Amino acid sequence: NHELQKNPDCCPSSAPLLPLDCRWYSVSHLSVQERIDKKRKAALVGGGQKRIDAQHKRGKLTARERVELLLDPNSFVEYDMFVEHRCSDFGMEQDRNKFPGDSVVTGQGRINGRLVYVFSQDFTVFGGSLSGAHAQKICKIMDQAVMVGAPVIGLNDSGGARIQEGVESLAGYADIFLRNVTASGVVPQISLIMGPCAGGAVYSPALTDFTFMVKDTSYLFITGPDVVKSVTNEDVTQEELGGAKTHTAVSGVAHRAFENDIDALLNLRDFFNFLPLSNKDASPVIECHDPSDRLVPGLDTIVPMESTKAYDMLDIIHGIVDERDFFEIMPNYAKNIVVGFARMNGRTVGIVGNQPKVASGCLDINSSVKGARFVRFCDAFNIPIITFVDVPGFLPGTAQEYGGIIRHGAKLLFAFAEATVPKITIITRKAYGGAYDVMSSKHLRGDMNYAWPTAEVAVMGAKGAVQIIFRGKENQAEAEAEYVEKFANPFPAAVRGFVDDIIEPSTTRKRICRDLEVLASKKQVNPWKKHANIPL
Amino acid sequence: DFLDCQLTRTYQCRVIKTCRKMGIQTVAVHSDVDSSAVHVKMADEAVCVGPAPTGKSYLNMDAIMDAIRSTGAQAVHPGYGFLSENKEFAQRLAAEGVMFVGPDTHAIQAMGDKIQSKLIAKAAGVNTIPGFDGVVKTAEEAVKIAQDIGYPVMIKASAGGGGKGMRIAWNDEETREGFRFSSQEAASSFGDDRLLIEKFIDNPRHIEIQVLADKHGSALWLNERECSIQRRNQKVVEEAPSTFLDPATRRAMGEQAVQLAKAVQYSSAGTVEFLVDSQKNFYFLEMNTRLQVEHPITECITGLDLVQQMIRIAKGYPLQHKQEDIPINGWAIESRVYAEDPYKSFGLPSIGRLSQYQEPLNLSNVRVDSGIQEGSDISIYYDPMISKLVTYGATRAEALAKMEDALDNYVIRGVTHNIPLLREIITHPRFISGDITTNFLPEVYPSGFHGHQLATDSRRELLASAAALYIAAQLRSQRFLLSTIPQERGKWELCVELGKDRHNVEVTRSGNTYTVEVDAGRVEVSGEWNLASPLLPLTINGTHRMLQCLSREASGEITVQYLGTSFKVRVLSKLAAELDSYMPEKIPEDTSSILRSPMPGTVVAVAVKAGDTVAEGQEICVIEAMKMQNSMTAAKTAKVKSVHCKPGETVGEGDLLVELE
Repeated sequence: NHELQKNPDCCPSSAPLLPLDCRWYSVSHLSVQERIDKKRKAALVGGGQKRIDAQHKRGKLTARERVELLLDPNSFVEYDMFVEHRCSDFGMEQDRNKFPGDSVVTGQGRINGRLVYVFSQDFTVFGGSLSGAHAQKICKIMDQAVMVGAPVIGLNDSGGARIQEGVESLAGYADIFLRNVTASGVVPQISLIMGPCAGGAVYSPALTDFTFMVKDTSYLFITGPDVVKSVTNEDVTQEELGGAKTHTAVSGVAHRAFENDIDALLNLRDFFNFLPLSNKDASPVIECHDPSDRLVPGLDTIVPMESTKAYDMLDIIHGIVDERDFFEIMPNYAKNIVVGFARMNGRTVGIVGNQPKVASGCLDINSSVKGARFVRFCDAFNIPIITFVDVPGFLPGTAQEYGGIIRHGAKLLFAFAEATVPKITIITRKAYGGAYDVMSSKHLRGDMNYAWPTAEVAVMGAKGAVQIIFRGKENQAEAEAEYVEKFANPFPAAVRGFVDDIIEPSTTRKRICRDLEVLASKKQVNPWKKHANIPL
Repeated sequence: DFLDCQLTRTYQCRVIKTCRKMGIQTVAVHSDVDSSAVHVKMADEAVCVGPAPTGKSYLNMDAIMDAIRSTGAQAVHPGYGFLSENKEFAQRLAAEGVMFVGPDTHAIQAMGDKIQSKLIAKAAGVNTIPGFDGVVKTAEEAVKIAQDIGYPVMIKASAGGGGKGMRIAWNDEETREGFRFSSQEAASSFGDDRLLIEKFIDNPRHIEIQVLADKHGSALWLNERECSIQRRNQKVVEEAPSTFLDPATRRAMGEQAVQLAKAVQYSSAGTVEFLVDSQKNFYFLEMNTRLQVEHPITECITGLDLVQQMIRIAKGYPLQHKQEDIPINGWAIESRVYAEDPYKSFGLPSIGRLSQYQEPLNLSNVRVDSGIQEGSDISIYYDPMISKLVTYGATRAEALAKMEDALDNYVIRGVTHNIPLLREIITHPRFISGDITTNFLPEVYPSGFHGHQLATDSRRELLASAAALYIAAQLRSQRFLLSTIPQERGKWELCVELGKDRHNVEVTRSGNTYTVEVDAGRVEVSGEWNLASPLLPLTINGTHRMLQCLSREASGEITVQYLGTSFKVRVLSKLAAELDSYMPEKIPEDTSSILRSPMPGTVVAVAVKAGDTVAEGQEICVIEAMKMQNSMTAAKTAKVKSVHCKPGETVGEGDLLVELE
């Protein structure tokens, strides 16, 4: 009681409500309550106001501000606010070096009413470095997320390992990696890089399903510019080495980048709405205002008459999906294939399309890997896959062959073949050679395969084919015309049942919506195996 | 019968429609990029006459003659533009015995030459702009000439082009002064003493008379069209009749137009253009020997189908009507809807694919003549006109109200269009009162067009609508099938950003109605909130308003078209708005050292190379699009760092052309 009088501000608001005869008890109660409050208060300001200001000055929000923006108002339930690090070396045991909650905020909450587990690294506490306690907090929510079947979102902003803790920190990383791997394919995992993420730490985002970055304020690299300089003598800036632009356009490590923290978090909310909560959930269906039988007249004229002329596959996708709302994944990487999420009559679908506008829409190493990873995500989480095909084949050349196009191209083939979710394929124009087989063809268990009247399913383009079939023959032009007449149309595939129907492009949306309704109850099981052996 | 019809997509569709009514089969000609265009589908037959550039297709006479022969067409309707006023084309058709739906060659020829046509007009008793062109010796002589012409007069050196060195004199004293100055200038600058003294047309209006003449010497005038609203000598908004003409002036103009038509033995539909001054004096400008873009408004008020009349006349039938049969019924307005950016010199071409396109045909008394559809490409090769939007009403006010409605209901996505400008024009007090001249646009928008300027009330309406739309979308994103919908909060506190200003709003919802407290006012917004429809019909404080939602981003950015202009707002939760101040400012590109193409087009010329030093304002390159050349100049004096374009190349809007150091 003595202390209370000294410091009346600390008096919890519940104190006056205590019945008088409980007073003997309330003394000890209050002092605990006081400590609780103090700790909570301390946890809320992380590394202190000064560091918060510094964080803001860098154009970054604090861990808590981020969580608040990401989740529905008042929905955040925090775990482990009282956890502190256990390091006792280098003066870390001193009180001033203890921060309740340590350098990460964890818990669960809701995004548009749906459950999600979140961890948000706090850069104001030891630069967000990962201690044993920090890792333990993350593991706890991940374990629970897997148990209840809800996605995990990680907001990364960490300088790396807590060097003072040494191997304990490394163990912490490994604990997280293991959980990332066991949770993979069970619940969606999303990483949003909102600050530095270097060294071993990068492997957690790399193991998750999607990695997003914030432009100008986030970096991902194994070793920073200084080490690079000393080892390879390369001069490179942080931004060039591991900034958002590098990873979304060059390396393909990140799936998308956003302007700033707020933009990223709001977009993440939007993105989250596409995902099922776990692999036991069906693809989510949201209220839809776009008529499922809407005709899209613009599609009847979109494919140019000349088969060498390009068009934008995104025009087709935007026209067909609900409300032109398409969340593209990796829009700046391997642009010759387009992948992303959209909805059809309210139901989430994954869209894969060759992009004739870029490199004629051919398949190469990067586009195959990009497509394969996306298809496998959809398959893991029961999201139907819609494939738009306009592919002239695999990209020839030494660069591709030496790079292992055979091995990498096989990934996309593997992914489409093993997928058991509803698969609908529309051949808009070219479907040549092996690439035809790969792109979710009937032969790989496509459920509905359609051809537009402009479709050409053939082993190769007319010119090349004629040079082989009529080698040395005088009248190549005539032979070419004959080949075009015979094969540069959808009939050869249609008469064999390799496409189920030839449809008017304007009716595509209507057909897909109807098929998805039917295929919602599709059940297909691959033979039992420990796991398949995708050619990595 | 076969009719081979020609020219702009809009026009071919128009002609085909009438032909169908008359039971005439049609052949459309098209370039290869237009092969799936609407007119090609509408026609009974179609012939491709060449690749996209007009010189190789629509202006390729040989190809068109081949098309006529191969289809056995018996007549050609030339439309407007391209070959419609080409006498050689008319002659070649005549030589092959193919009927040309238009006037005879000699009429085209006579009216095709500006000087000759003026002489013919003068001889036919048509008012022409009085003037004198020659050596004037003394100031007194100049005064005498001016008095003969009648004040005000314009004085300038003959050799000076355009309005350069032009002086306007309203009395003798000013004439003397103008003479001194202009004769000096003529001698010193041009080495040519000749002066031009001409009647100055103050507050000029462009009013034209539609005429119809047959091959039997009869002719009619079908009243006037007011076409004063122009930019760069291209008409933007037209109406019929004109608010300015009284019956006597109308009759006088009509009779002179008919006199001219008769003087050149005109047959077919034609237009006589006049300039009209503030005193209702009118002067002949030129005669167009074709059917004009703005003909539908004449059709609306007279009830005649001009294409049908043209075909009848070409066939040799006499006119069906007498002058006293030609009525003025009601009022018609035409807006030319262009694929262009009105914020750049009242309209620079834009291109793209019409990703969504919906004409306001759900409204009554609305006519849309277009040749495009959803999915059409607006390319750099042709006229950027999307359509002619015509509304009709018993009174002018009715027609104008309908136009407002029609513009609000017009859905055009994928290309920039001039609806913001059109809507501002037709709702401008000066336009409504009929106080217009050919200088209307530069007079009303001296510093260029900047879109609708929001007043307190309209700003509130806009902010409230955006906030309500935001909440409707937020609520919808919680409505998952088979899941419990989270409890809705009672009140939404949001921050709506418009330009640089932030407005705090508080919103409560009851069903489909949102009550928004904004800027110390309360706005009630209700609607269906269909988030898939491009049109967003709302009732705002009891008034029906058609808004359009152009885009809605996860970041809270919403673009809505409101009162014709598109406004970008950002709706943020209160928390996000507070935290937004910490977000780093993105450093904008230094635009003075880079030159980007303001529009898609073809590079015609590049005047510099890397290493050159250019002065501020110096021409760097020329971009051409849709028959318009644009000179690109340096924004500062600097050395050229690199050149990213070469002549003949096509460039897109915003493409980097030249970098300066």
